[in-house]
Amino acid sequence: MFQERFVRGHGGKKIPIPYYPIDQVGADERAQFFTKRSIKKESKINALYTIISMIDLTTLEGADTPGKVKQMCAKARFPVPRGVYQDIANHPKAKALPSVAAVCVYPSMVPHAAEALEGTDIQVASVATAFPSGQLPIDLKVADVERAVEFGATEIDMVINRGAFLSGDYQTVFDEIIQIKEACGDAHLKVILETGELVTYDRVHFASQLSMLAGADFIKTSTGKVQPAATLPVTLVMLNAIKDYYKHTGVKVGMKPAGGIRTAKQAIAYLCMVNEVLGSDWLTPDLFRFGASTLLNDVLKQIYKQVTGRYYYDKIFSLD
Amino acid sequence: MLDKEKDKKKKKHSKSANKTVKVKTHKAPFEFEYSDAPESRDIVKIKERNLLYINGQWQEPSEGSFFPTLNPADGEVLAEVAEASAADVDKAVQAARKAYEGTWSKIPAHERGKYIFRIARILQERAREFAVLETLDNGKPIKESRDVDIPLVASHFFYNAGWADKLDYAFPGHKVTPIGVAAQVIPWNFPLLMAAWKIAPALATGNCVVLKPAETTPLTALLLAEVIEQAGLPPGVVNIVTGAGKTGAALVNHPDVNKVAFTGSTEVGRIIAKAVAKTNKKLTLELGGKSAHIVYEDAAIDQAVEGVVNGIFFNQGHVCCAGSRLLVEESIAKDFVEKLKERMSQIRVGDPLDKNTDVGAINSHRELEKIRGFINEAKEEGWEYFSASATELPGKGFFQKPCFFNDVGSAASIFRQEVFGPVLAISTFRTPQEAISKANDTPYGLAAGVWSEKASKIQKTALGLKAGVIWANTYNKFDPSSPFGGYYESGWGREGGRHGLFPYVEVQ
Repeated sequence: MFQERFVRGHGGKKIPIPYYPIDQVGADERAQFFTKRSIKKESKINALYTIISMIDLTTLEGADTPGKVKQMCAKARFPVPRGVYQDIANHPKAKALPSVAAVCVYPSMVPHAAEALEGTDIQVASVATAFPSGQLPIDLKVADVERAVEFGATEIDMVINRGAFLSGDYQTVFDEIIQIKEACGDAHLKVILETGELVTYDRVHFASQLSMLAGADFIKTSTGKVQPAATLPVTLVMLNAIKDYYKHTGVKVGMKPAGGIRTAKQAIAYLCMVNEVLGSDWLTPDLFRFGASTLLNDVLKQIYKQVTGRYYYDKIFSLD
Repeated sequence: MLDKEKDKKKKKHSKSANKTVKVKTHKAPFEFEYSDAPESRDIVKIKERNLLYINGQWQEPSEGSFFPTLNPADGEVLAEVAEASAADVDKAVQAARKAYEGTWSKIPAHERGKYIFRIARILQERAREFAVLETLDNGKPIKESRDVDIPLVASHFFYNAGWADKLDYAFPGHKVTPIGVAAQVIPWNFPLLMAAWKIAPALATGNCVVLKPAETTPLTALLLAEVIEQAGLPPGVVNIVTGAGKTGAALVNHPDVNKVAFTGSTEVGRIIAKAVAKTNKKLTLELGGKSAHIVYEDAAIDQAVEGVVNGIFFNQGHVCCAGSRLLVEESIAKDFVEKLKERMSQIRVGDPLDKNTDVGAINSHRELEKIRGFINEAKEEGWEYFSASATELPGKGFFQKPCFFNDVGSAASIFRQEVFGPVLAISTFRTPQEAISKANDTPYGLAAGVWSEKASKIQKTALGLKAGVIWANTYNKFDPSSPFGGYYESGWGREGGRHGLFPYVEVQ
């Protein structure tokens, strides 16, 4: 409240960043509240469909190859075998499965993903800016982004400069996001805070505000390379920041928890939280995404259970 | 709605192109309506006629009269319950006396402990059954009876069972002896939990009890009698007599009672204090409150909003320590109230058995009328009113939307009197001194909440507050090891923790 923190924007304009303390115990407790929501019947099946449409199907390994990426893109397009798809689609309670929102890969894999997804409305997201550490000079980060966009990425997942952030140099963090945003052109920018390295919720909230002020289209919890990755409470803190930002500016910023969300049940708790904190306006892939890889199969499994009343054995769903 | 056949508007992109495309998918937002998720009531078998539990037996009431207990969620009769006359009460007290003299005060302390541990374990095993029954009879949401009431009940028995053979350590350097027969009269807001608060320490210290549950919520206490039977307690150690005010008066005034413990309204508490004044009975009273939340401008606002909501809307506001007054620092008052409004509009009021219900039914028509009386009076006085919920109120049963009155004058009855419902009164302050004096400006003194991220400020404020329980950056946290009780008109004595043993022993 009394600690004035600010960054300088265009032309040296002072942009104040309000100080919101977060009580960790209270935030954790509030987040737990959403795991108690009991989502059944119609609401469950609708939620499961929505979750699929919000998934950024992700592979970010040193061992990624064109073949691996193509397989994942195929999974994005055809998540279940034809027979199962028909079982679900033909069921009176169900409807055709949506596709995932995007696939998320390293820049060098973007051309392969773009090719594999040509003609679909699945977006190609690329991590960039020396992901996951972000420890490169800014000009190289910008080049990283420019190349990814040139290769066909329509969404860029950047990491903030945690080194600068933790040393108190918020200006550098802010300036870098602005430069990356410019390099993105029309591509959507998701800003990864790497909350597992910021640790305190105060910092998470502050970093969220800083990123939104710098022009983030989405704020995202984690790279998935640091533990803990996405958690409900950390996402709650970011959702609250998004809400405050929306109230002050009228701008709707998206949210993407990434890493550690493996089950449909977990994902539903996230949806309940978004629904009750930000409202249903945010329940669209335009404003909410899950960064996940194994989540998709569990959601498919649960949809199958919901429409047919029984579980299929796991092996029916392809691994990738 | 969200299938890929729709929305093919997106332009194709090419890997060689320098231009990128707009990526907004423009999918319609998903309207997330929660389907009904009711907990099944099949687990509970409610007897149509419920008798008195005296001397380890189920006994017919001597005058043969029964009264109905309702499900406040639909106003329908759940069961008929025996009304204990003075003669029945006398039988119960005699049974307790006999058990006290004959067995309970004689058996080794660790044996007493074993019985109480057994009760705790059986309660845990039958937790779901108790939770559903509590919700049916009381109207509180299943979420609370399942996650708060029943687990706390078990933990109170566990905690006190542990003391049974360690009383010498609870009162170092002293010998303690039990008092005898305890008459315990409990309210309807936490029916089973209040029974546990009363029975567990009494048994642990070697006393026998006659308990009278509230007339609108007797069923879980009677189910507890089954558990006591199941645990094999000697007959007469715990007796449960049901009835209304008359039964309670007969119990409190019984000459062979050594100790009276009452939780309920300040009004009845006064009557009991007068009645007991001319006797040598020991007395503890757990009465009303008008507890204050003090929210400083340096508080964690989102969490404070949550705490205020939990403080006043938990259990429909039927909580003696409910944070029914909100004192918020003027510099943040506007934003705070705005956030509170938003949060309140997400509260789901409805069928208490639905697992997604946040606020259930008001316990009785009488209480609902009382609450509405307060609301109407405050509206007539012209205070700014706001009420909201995420769901429509059910067409039947007794329900009240969560609401608040903003910028209320300190003399308004909504700011001074206990409403005992989901009604919050909001006022502002400028300095810590003013916050403390406003918080203390009440005949009550049960609880308070202080919200600030500055620990020194919390400490200083807490020291100035005249209240038995003070929560810092949280509210309505209960633990069997922590003493609970109030200043002034909020009561006499403490329950819970080591202090909760005091009223049940003579210290030598």
